[in-house]
Amino acid sequence: MTVELQAAEIVTKLEAALPGSTVESGGNTVVIKDEFVLKAAAFLKNTAGLDFNYLNFLTATDYTTYFELVYDLVSLEHNHKIVLKTRLNNREKPELASVFNVWQGADFQEREIFDLFGITFTGHPNLKRIFLWEGFQGYPLRKDFKQ
Amino acid sequence: MELNSLPQPEVYSDKALDKTEGAGIDFVKQQHQVQIEDPDSWQNEESQHNFMLASADALINWARASSVWPVNAGLACCAFEMISTASSRFDISRFGMEIFRPSPRQADLLIVNGTLTWKMAPQLKRIYDQMAEPKYVIAMGSCAISGGLFRNSYAVVPGVNKIIPVDVYIPGCPPRPEALLYGIQMLHKKIKKQKNFAKRKSA
Repeated sequence: MTVELQAAEIVTKLEAALPGSTVESGGNTVVIKDEFVLKAAAFLKNTAGLDFNYLNFLTATDYTTYFELVYDLVSLEHNHKIVLKTRLNNREKPELASVFNVWQGADFQEREIFDLFGITFTGHPNLKRIFLWEGFQGYPLRKDFKQ
Repeated sequence: MELNSLPQPEVYSDKALDKTEGAGIDFVKQQHQVQIEDPDSWQNEESQHNFMLASADALINWARASSVWPVNAGLACCAFEMISTASSRFDISRFGMEIFRPSPRQADLLIVNGTLTWKMAPQLKRIYDQMAEPKYVIAMGSCAISGGLFRNSYAVVPGVNKIIPVDVYIPGCPPRPEALLYGIQMLHKKIKKQKNFAKRKSA
């Protein structure tokens, strides 16, 4: 079985490398500030002992006041995992750094979130719609979406 | 006397075998000197009893209903019920429709099986438009009828009758192959009631 790392030890390491990056933590989940996503991703992937070299999935949730993005990270080397989350408070123009350059598997999943939630990933090489057709109005997975 | 009842040599020497062969040939030659009769009376036979009187509608509709070829188009999970209807256990070929055509131009029936999304709608409409008249549509399963479970989704067409006209609706999620066969029989009944030469109302 994949070992779920405790958030506390990840927070300690993250805070040491990127001071002020974490917001809260609990269980196997670490919530970080949105401006630290790319740096934290690179740190978690490239630090010896952590080596989160595989992005299980990337998804988003609409909590009506903010969006939460969930990165499920696995290290195939050490067989352990952690969940990284970040929150976006700007509903009008939500933006986040793309982690494509860290994990290439984020490519389609970021496009999906862009398509269905309207979150822009800066630095993504090919950010265009993946499910809906050109000209579709609105973002259907947002809670305030009305057809 | 039959050919096989000619005496067979007991010793199988070359000469004995040749002699037997020769005797056989002589026998056949002797027996078949007269031409076998091939009377041409059969030519009149047809005109004696092979006529049937029927209305043109009944004949045309019978022919159409007995060879409804479906187009090979599967949208979603209901397609598997259609596939198993076509295979040996349920055997759609009992109705003369085992030939699923890969081209809509050779097909008479479009079985819309499953959820139709708005993204797929133009393609389905094109398939329907490419089919030659007369053409029929079966809406199979609750998704095809009304959008079903996904009726309120932003991506799903709430009923294929928004896109193309439907002849027979088969409810179920998914309908069993028996239900599809029943729907096909309903379609046959519908085809058999068609009026092919009815006076067209001028517009």
